[in-house]
Amino acid sequence: MSFKDKHLLGIEAIRPEAILEILDLAEEYVQLNRSRDKRAQSLTGLTQINMFFENSTRTQASFELAGKRLGANVMNLSMEASSLKKGETLIDTALTLNAMQPDLLVVRHPQSGAVDLLSQKVNCSVLNAGDGRHEHPTQALLDALTIRRAKGRLHRLSIAICGDIAHSRVARSNIILLGKMENRVRLVGPPTLMPSEINELGVEVYQDMRQGLKDVDVVMMLRLQKERMDGGFIPSEREYYYRFGLNKEKLSLAKEDAIVMHPGPMNRGVEIDGELADDINRSVIQEQVEMGVAVRMAAMHLLARNYNIEDNG
Amino acid sequence: MKTLLTNAKVIDPVTETISDGEIMFEDGIIISREKEDKTIDCQGLYLSPGLIDLGVKVGEPGERHKESYKSAGAAAAAGGVTTIVTRPDTHPAIDTPEVLEFIRRRAHEVCPVNVVHMAALTKERAGREMTEIGFLKDAGAIAFTDFNNVVRNSKILSRALSYAKSMDALVIGHPQDPDLSDETVATSGKFASLRGLPSVTPLAERMGLDRDMALVELTGAQYHFDQITTARSIPALERAKKNGHKVTAGTSIHHLTLNEFDIADYRSFFKLDPPLRSENDRLAIIDAVNSGFIDVISSFHTPQDEESKRLPFETAAAGAVGLETLLPASLQLFHNQSVSLAKLIKTMTLNPATLLGLPSGRITPGAPADLIIFDTDVPFILDRERLRSKSKNTPFDGHKMQGRVMQTIVNGKTIFGG
Repeated sequence: MSFKDKHLLGIEAIRPEAILEILDLAEEYVQLNRSRDKRAQSLTGLTQINMFFENSTRTQASFELAGKRLGANVMNLSMEASSLKKGETLIDTALTLNAMQPDLLVVRHPQSGAVDLLSQKVNCSVLNAGDGRHEHPTQALLDALTIRRAKGRLHRLSIAICGDIAHSRVARSNIILLGKMENRVRLVGPPTLMPSEINELGVEVYQDMRQGLKDVDVVMMLRLQKERMDGGFIPSEREYYYRFGLNKEKLSLAKEDAIVMHPGPMNRGVEIDGELADDINRSVIQEQVEMGVAVRMAAMHLLARNYNIEDNG
Repeated sequence: MKTLLTNAKVIDPVTETISDGEIMFEDGIIISREKEDKTIDCQGLYLSPGLIDLGVKVGEPGERHKESYKSAGAAAAAGGVTTIVTRPDTHPAIDTPEVLEFIRRRAHEVCPVNVVHMAALTKERAGREMTEIGFLKDAGAIAFTDFNNVVRNSKILSRALSYAKSMDALVIGHPQDPDLSDETVATSGKFASLRGLPSVTPLAERMGLDRDMALVELTGAQYHFDQITTARSIPALERAKKNGHKVTAGTSIHHLTLNEFDIADYRSFFKLDPPLRSENDRLAIIDAVNSGFIDVISSFHTPQDEESKRLPFETAAAGAVGLETLLPASLQLFHNQSVSLAKLIKTMTLNPATLLGLPSGRITPGAPADLIIFDTDVPFILDRERLRSKSKNTPFDGHKMQGRVMQTIVNGKTIFGG
């Protein structure tokens, strides 16, 4: 037993062995999900509430399915439309839900640190489904599982994360996770989309995509978060695509068997060539979605186990 | 009645010296040694002028639930602050003689310490039209500032400065490029990047300082920068002072004793404006205090209730209370040998007094008998619930502190301890 935490708030707080424990269990759920009867019992009788303070179809569906397959009662709350408009604070909302005795809260929030704050106010386990620009731990875990399955290992790989690093929680969680597992991480993007002093996190920063992709094993593209652009980060979409969009020609600089990843949803023709995204020989984008359900099942399974242990002293 | 304070280590901020001695006062004024009627034994503790805290927010008018003149006065008395200099960033802003009259009366009725008020430089602190600087000065405004609302329009600021100069009024500015710092909550760097917090480059402070300096050169106004908190502002400040411009600078006790890593896991009690800086910045600011480029240390006491702090870091209100912790926190700098005790006291007494034209902040005969007796050594653990402020938003909760005020005397009357 390596993963002992009550909450899963970020990759930063968990140890490499805990990461492996989650991934190993997720492998089992991959098999289960591919079989005809997809039911498991690890969350039977438990209540899971998905609180999404920010719109998401994919992640929310993935968590909902994961919970249901494990036997939990799952409730989805779209927080954007509800009490926040009435002026209720995050903590009051959390306390209200807490009083309904949930066992697991899956929370996404547009502000960094908000899920952390919420976890301090409730009794149940909290799983961070993305907070602001901070972390998105299950995305990094599902990416890790996808890489491990494609490459046969999760260490000593060269991985390029490309695009809008500054606004991306996916990038942060991946930088931390891949670093912990002893990989070489490169960040590729224009300086306006690069967080300050990010090189101090032990990554190499490239502003030229061709140099950045040279001989890497994995190319991880990020969505150009248009809704987060105050304007003025890049001159235009077409110039961005020309310099930082992934196409066959740029990918040819990476290793021959390099895989292409994207957390979705994709902007075809902005950060990635549409044809390349669909190329089953290079792109593992669909597999990432599949691994997402399995990894979330594993993470929730272990949280429920830890929570149960804590409960019984 | 002539009262003698004896058996004390007397700190004289004028000479920056500490010597065994005594101070005598009568009718609230310090006088030369004569035959005493009454003696107060200081028991070998330090005796110095009371602190002058430049830039205190009191929640009147508008936010009395956060801090009233009464609670601020009690906190000041317990913290050894004998004069509070209030900010105009209230609701409504203190931008007319009428509002100023109202709060002066309130302060006079309920506050045990001296209170002087700053007024807004522009109406509603909105940076569009200057306030009635003349009338406000006649009504007692001691300085003019929009606090953290930077006047974006340089033409408006230059006119306000010219006008203020003609009235001999002191203007206090907040050096910050408003566009760069807009909607940011942390200082850019590794910490902010890791935490995913919107951050501002420390150079935004230098840019604000550079612009304001140019306008001071243009208008000849007397100008004070409220908070210098970054290393890269210091050379610009140094140059301005050497060129003989009428500029002075302050900093906050929090920026002298804390850095960005204290924010840790999004602790909103450490959210300040400007945000906490890097350790290099903190050390540079200490050097600037020692070399005299920074003249004033104050607390920038900003009471915020639980509701406005218990929010995600980005939306939580900025600011910390500081009246009661100004002295104990600054004594940390004395204990770790960053700044000498006499220098520290000078930056919190004589320097703000000189800047504002107050007779206090010194122990020369004729000065008001605003005095504090304090122990530099007594250890305690700060418990925020025991603060006298209505708001308890201190970053020092649970900190081990060393040194506190034992007695506070304002105009010859003991208002705390003794």
